[in-house]
Amino acid sequence: MELAMLLQWPRRDKHLGAHEYPEFVKIVEVGPRDGLQNEKEIVPTEVKVQLIDRLSDTGLSVIEATSFVSSKWVPQMADHTEVLQGIRKSPNVRYPVLTPNMHGFQNALAAGATEVAVFGSASETFSRKNINCSIDESMLRFEEVLNAAKDQQIPVRGYVSCALGCPHEGPIDPSKVTEVAKRLYEMGCYEVSLGDTVGVGTPGSMAAMLRSVTREVPCRALAVHCHDTYGQALANILTALQMGVCVVDSAVAGLGGCPYAQGSSGNVSTEDVLYMLHGMGIQTGVDLSKMIAVGDFICHSLNRKTNSRVAQARGSQL
Amino acid sequence: MAALIRTINRSIFISRMGHPCLALGGSATVAKSVSVSGSSSKRLPDRVKIVEVGPRDGLQNEKTIVPAETKIRLIDMLSDSGLSVIEATSFVSPKWVPQMADQMEVMKGIRRKPGVSYPVLTPNLKGFQAAVEAGASEVAIFGAASELFSKKNINCSVEESLQRFEQVMVAAKAAGVPVRGYVSCVLGCPYEGKVAPAKVAKVAKRLYSMGCYEISLGDTIGVGTPGGMSEMLEAVSKVVPVGALAVHCHDTYGQALANILVALQMGVSVVDSSVGGLGGCPYAQGASGNVATEDVVYMLHGLGIQTGVDLPKLMDAGAFICHSLNRRTSSKVSQATHCKL
Repeated sequence: MELAMLLQWPRRDKHLGAHEYPEFVKIVEVGPRDGLQNEKEIVPTEVKVQLIDRLSDTGLSVIEATSFVSSKWVPQMADHTEVLQGIRKSPNVRYPVLTPNMHGFQNALAAGATEVAVFGSASETFSRKNINCSIDESMLRFEEVLNAAKDQQIPVRGYVSCALGCPHEGPIDPSKVTEVAKRLYEMGCYEVSLGDTVGVGTPGSMAAMLRSVTREVPCRALAVHCHDTYGQALANILTALQMGVCVVDSAVAGLGGCPYAQGSSGNVSTEDVLYMLHGMGIQTGVDLSKMIAVGDFICHSLNRKTNSRVAQARGSQL
Repeated sequence: MAALIRTINRSIFISRMGHPCLALGGSATVAKSVSVSGSSSKRLPDRVKIVEVGPRDGLQNEKTIVPAETKIRLIDMLSDSGLSVIEATSFVSPKWVPQMADQMEVMKGIRRKPGVSYPVLTPNLKGFQAAVEAGASEVAIFGAASELFSKKNINCSVEESLQRFEQVMVAAKAAGVPVRGYVSCVLGCPYEGKVAPAKVAKVAKRLYSMGCYEISLGDTIGVGTPGGMSEMLEAVSKVVPVGALAVHCHDTYGQALANILVALQMGVSVVDSSVGGLGGCPYAQGASGNVATEDVVYMLHGLGIQTGVDLPKLMDAGAFICHSLNRRTSSKVSQATHCKL
């Protein structure tokens, strides 16, 4: 590793067994956006606002609040402006919002957004089916957003979906993930979140993918966004931590199913991630008990059972 | 500065079947590596033996009692899925474990597939004798790393239980019957809370020294996390060869696969699991218990590790028993199977 890069590397490591782990992991809570977006029930605005406000009190530093996509495509996020304007913005918390293009970015800005996210894919077919354009075309759209964001000094987070497999194409070559991640990073995203969109990845494919990506994008700028559809999320997250990643996306109560596997789970539960990290002595700044309580609240509002095993074990009412 | 430098040694190994395996190893700077504990991360095993405990540990902890013919059918289906060890039943008093009251009938009713072992639990000499009479050719004994758990679960101290087991070992040796040892509460106890790795090592060593060919280390209430797992395994593998160790992880807190991964990284190559994730947790109402065999096999195959198990056939067995129990599978892989990948 180059000396210059090492000197910039902020993470401090702890030893457990023969592995090094970060001392601190940042949790990016995606429940209100990725979670609710994939729930069957459309949640009223005031419930979304309450959810985010309660999450703001748990110690989280990043809560993805909503998505400025067309309500024609994602009806659950139609109330994006009201949500962003309705939430209590805690001083220690950031509230990024998804912005697929300039139009969305401008609306987000008008609604008071101070951080945005763009969503690329490592799979051509997924890109075409999901956002109706090729990967290259989507990158051009994102460049527009990045340029406008730079002018406004708005930080931008990049996502790469299908990083460990695609529902249409099957296995995805790590070099493709690297290509997209590198493009997002070089166009100015401060962080790139690598998403196992259909949860098919295992520690082997996670390690192979990260090995490829970390050749082009520094570890400190990477996050993992693991879906738990096949129960592999925590093992995959552990692998990522062992390889130097220290940012993890998750959703309270494991909100959000998988649109490609009816009845299956989607996002990994924030509670279960916290339990693992805290059990390993890794700090997150988040209060697990408060998180469980927020999970209870949103599951009650959605009239559904939590997907979090920790919440179930701790005697969640739902 | 020295603390920030980290060298990672990675190499890709191709297993016999042509699947890539990944060795994960890490070593810190010169200064740090000296203080790192003696164990180092080994390459992942090429092959892992799955010990299927669904018919015993799984069904024993299900509320619904299933008839003997259902149990027999389950075990026969599991025999056809490629598993090499299927824990069939338990020769404990039906007064304590009513779900296992049909132990004789099950043992005599199952089709014994050549190459597959069907161990049964035997808490004492009486149970052992009944097991042998029923045709058992392998047995298992169950110790605890927690005094309180031992007293509450089997009504005697850890030491007293080990003495009972010595009787079983003597009889088993005379009969040429291999014995597997279990240690429960290795990562935590519902009564005592934290359990010292040294205590786990002590009990494991005793069981191994008295003649158990394998020691299964059980996270009985699923509270363990990868840190606790590696600490415990470091202590135990100093006194019992890692080749004789197995992990039995419960998924009550969703930590099982992460814990199993760490165990594999430390050289363990035997994993207990339960088809469909059968068996809840008696200490956490409504919570899950055993880790699902399907999910473990999915992870192992994804890592290029061989198990000999045919996942679709295993899922069929899981679907069958869940239907019989009128419950949803706890296996995420089974839930997701209609996904295109």
